[in-house]
Amino acid sequence: MAKVPGLIKGLGVTLGTLFTTATKGSNTVQYPHEKETPPIRSRGVIALHQDNCTSCMLCSRSCPDWCIYIEAHKELAPPRREGGKPRQVNLLDRFDIDYALCMYCGICVEVCPFDALFWSPEYEYSEPNISDLLHDKTKLSEWMETVPEAPELESGADKKKK
Amino acid sequence: MIGLLAEVPYWGQSLLRVLGGLVAVLLPAGTIVYIFLFKMMSFMQSRLGPMEAGPYGSMQLFAEVGKWLQKEDIVPDRADARIFKMAPIIVLVSTFLLVVVVPFGPDAFFTNFETGVFYALAVSSVSVLGILIAGWSSANKYSLLGGLRAAGQLIAYELPMVLAVMGVVIQAGTMNLQKIVVAQNSGSMFGIDVVGHPYVVSQFVGFIIFMIAIQAELTQAPFDMPIAESELVSGYMTEYSGFRFLIFFIGEFATAGVFAMIASVLFLGGWGVPFTWFGWTSIDDIANWMNFVGPLIMFTKMMLLVFIIMWIRFSYPRLREDQLQRFAWKGLIPVALANIMVTSILKVVF
Repeated sequence: MAKVPGLIKGLGVTLGTLFTTATKGSNTVQYPHEKETPPIRSRGVIALHQDNCTSCMLCSRSCPDWCIYIEAHKELAPPRREGGKPRQVNLLDRFDIDYALCMYCGICVEVCPFDALFWSPEYEYSEPNISDLLHDKTKLSEWMETVPEAPELESGADKKKK
Repeated sequence: MIGLLAEVPYWGQSLLRVLGGLVAVLLPAGTIVYIFLFKMMSFMQSRLGPMEAGPYGSMQLFAEVGKWLQKEDIVPDRADARIFKMAPIIVLVSTFLLVVVVPFGPDAFFTNFETGVFYALAVSSVSVLGILIAGWSSANKYSLLGGLRAAGQLIAYELPMVLAVMGVVIQAGTMNLQKIVVAQNSGSMFGIDVVGHPYVVSQFVGFIIFMIAIQAELTQAPFDMPIAESELVSGYMTEYSGFRFLIFFIGEFATAGVFAMIASVLFLGGWGVPFTWFGWTSIDDIANWMNFVGPLIMFTKMMLLVFIIMWIRFSYPRLREDQLQRFAWKGLIPVALANIMVTSILKVVF
């Protein structure tokens, strides 16, 4: 009998929620008709900034799911200064992320030393066919447009060393 | 219906009774599923529930039924196929047998016989057989555990239910459900006869025990150990798919509706309004329009009781199996016995 007040209180909670939902609306949204804006740092999809990528393979090696595929070849680029030696650069042939495997841990974004990978809050890229979830470098570069501006650094924070 | 259909030939009467039975079982079941299971539960969890199929998701139930009918009817290899297929039908049939004794109006009833309460309590336990053989014939240990739990629970709570009804029977002096309705609506409390004498007032303890017992009989939370989806994978329903699962599902909510109807007959005055409102004195004076208004009154009272059942279902977590048994044998049954004793003493004294 000592539990009776608690039991009645519990009934009150559900009935209260019933009336709140009926009068003020629910906490949920009717998804395809109305959408919530995801927070700016949501892990929606990973975007690739191709010019920054040196195909160092760090992201691919650190990926726990092995869902990043990189192939590249070396080419000679003109020297930086007059009379110098031609530089050797890596050119990307293939940069794929398999979102059917990806678990959105973000280690690749963290580990990239050249700022070539970014998180974008875009999340609507489901596919009827699982093989279409393999995004190639063109598609990954298109996601760059959806990457939000980096937020201002806090005052007193270390500037990134160039 | 006897009065209404006096001129219709016998085969016509039988056909109309079958149709009436289908309506009386399936209409409340559908309404309960939509209003309470889909909408009220969602609102209690601060969400909207189904909204796409029809206005406010009102056609969702038809979509669900269509989905279930399309599914394959799977029978496990080691299952006892014939009995396995029979089980859900036994469960549903017990519901249809139950609705037969419920009176919906002065002349609107399927049968009107003297031992209605006895019959209702007897057929309501037929569903235990269906559930038990469903659990046993599935050849699945989860199903077997679920079936045995269901049998233990349904037998344990049958007793307080019967004992709670006994108080009403003693007070009304009859087992005929129709006469119990009349007794409540033509009675008076302490000389005041404005609201008649619904037994929920004088048999309040019995009413509480009856509601708890039907909560357990319907295996609704907090007494849903036989189903216990997180530990027993839906218990005796584990191996069922397609329309056999659908029959179990309909059976669950149809039985909720029918039990609520019986509870409203026994404790809330059933189809009737207090007879003094219109100056009636006995069942023969009642105007004919009560045959049409009566079912509506009955439906309202049923929805009220189902609301309470579902409200408790959506609010409380599941009890443990031993707590369930202790609650029935050590809590409800002694209280119900005391209730019978007090009722019979008071009946003799006054």
